[in-house]
Amino acid sequence: MNPLAVIGRIFLDFLVSVGRVSVFTFNGVRHVFAPPIYLRLTGRQMMVIGYYSLPVVGLTALFTGMVLALQIYLGSSRFNAENAVAWIVVLGITRELGPVLGGLMVAGRVASAMAAEIGTMRVTEQIDALTTLSTNPFKYLVAPRMIAGVVTLPVLILVADIIGVMGGYLVGTHKLGFNAGTYLKNTFDFLETLDVVSGLVKASVFGFIIALMGCYHGFHSKGGAQGVGRATTDAVVSASIMILIANYFVTELFFSGQ
Amino acid sequence: MSNDAKIALRGVYKQFGKKVVLDGIDLEVPRGKSLVVIGGSGTGKSVMIKCVLGLIRPERGEILIDGQDAMKFSASEREETLRKFGMLFQGSALFDSLKVWENVAFGLIQGRRMDRDQAKQIALDKLGQVGLGPEVGELSPSELSGGMQKRVALARAIAAEPEIIFFDEPTTGLDPIMADVINNLIKSCVQKLGATTLSITHDMASARKIADYIAMIYKGKIIWHGAAAEVDHSGNDYVDQFIHGRADGPIKMEVLKP
Ligand SMILES: Nc1ncnc2c1ncn2[C@@H]1O[C@H](COP(=O)(O)OP(=O)(O)O)[C@@H](O)[C@H]1O
Ligand SMILES: [Mg+2]
Repeated sequence: MNPLAVIGRIFLDFLVSVGRVSVFTFNGVRHVFAPPIYLRLTGRQMMVIGYYSLPVVGLTALFTGMVLALQIYLGSSRFNAENAVAWIVVLGITRELGPVLGGLMVAGRVASAMAAEIGTMRVTEQIDALTTLSTNPFKYLVAPRMIAGVVTLPVLILVADIIGVMGGYLVGTHKLGFNAGTYLKNTFDFLETLDVVSGLVKASVFGFIIALMGCYHGFHSKGGAQGVGRATTDAVVSASIMILIANYFVTELFFSGQ
Repeated sequence: MSNDAKIALRGVYKQFGKKVVLDGIDLEVPRGKSLVVIGGSGTGKSVMIKCVLGLIRPERGEILIDGQDAMKFSASEREETLRKFGMLFQGSALFDSLKVWENVAFGLIQGRRMDRDQAKQIALDKLGQVGLGPEVGELSPSELSGGMQKRVALARAIAAEPEIIFFDEPTTGLDPIMADVINNLIKSCVQKLGATTLSITHDMASARKIADYIAMIYKGKIIWHGAAAEVDHSGNDYVDQFIHGRADGPIKMEVLKP
């Protein structure tokens, strides 16, 4: 095969996907703002995304905070700058690692579940059945997940931030010999509102991406059980990559504002 | 019968990729009558029905519902028109996240904004009509046998008392006795509602039982239609081969083609 043709093919497929995702996004967002909104379904999705992800995201944050404290201590002790440990941990957690690692964990847990559920509904004609029962599938399936993603993830990540900082504090005071009061003072003296807010904005964007990719791949799955399996994988992979890309651009946005 | 057609298809054409599935379908369903379309697996029967429901958009052709061109409907007109329809899907397509009674009441609660208690009463009444007691209403669809699922799907299709009902292979995959039960239910429900029905099947016993008129689809076209009684002396070799289920004849199974 002609390699140029292959590259051209891949590029065209990519453009087609971008177009499809854009139309899908537009349709989903349109139904978020057009009443009626299914509050009960939105509430259930909030539970799935927020409450049930809490153990996984909490553990991730805890150990990330702990290892961060260790590593930064090792690094900073070479310059006799051990006091930096507390505030680098808090900055690292709130600005980057909390939202990104938390987002990736939720992508693995939730985007896959959404794609599997909606994909099964697609291949068993349940989505067609919704339409014939005068219910718009975008309103019934997509909008509640988008709302839940955007609203719930910042709350989840805020909790994760607190747990992560606590992890750093535990290692700092128990293992590295910091005085508890000094460690906490160092943590909060340098922390600015923007550090936390930028992380929560990220979380919100990631929540949107996770819901979008879960729904999109579910909606477009075909070909029975195998197709649903593929949709699940695609949802997690694409959500994770888009999270990492979006992370850079949101960071840049906040960065250039300073 | 042309000016009293509830539904009329004129030259409906649909292809998926390079594969032509509907190659100019002409078909009329007379008001208040039952038309059964027979044809082999994969001949595009389900695609045809989904075109009428607007779930699939044909490339060319006209679809008239009560004399109005369905292809030119706006989103809200389509939604309004869909309220006239009830649909029994091939695989039942019950919502597995909802209880049986919620499935039956779905179109009433979500589509017509009926009060839940009132909708539940109607749902239990409809379940009774298909021979299922109120205790079944509290179960989840996955706890039911295939025949019971079909009955629930039938109850859901007739719950909103539609003017038009589509049955996509209502008896496929059921034992002959259960198939006959379903056929009788379809007949009695339709008589009670005075509905116009379009059914699809490759089960001749079922076709003979529920049809006023029969049409046969082959290679994307309607190759024969007539009154149900005429099907045995249609003078059409394709129809003869199909209703007698013979391997030899003008219809060749494309066994070797991928
Ligand atoms: N969404 C789709 N995309 C691609 N091909 C499809 C789609 N739906 C149906 N087909 C193809 O159209 C043909 C007819 O399908 P269908 O109408 O389901 O057959 P049946 O007459 O058994 O109901 C099949 O070959 C099927 O592969
Ligand atoms: Mg079919």
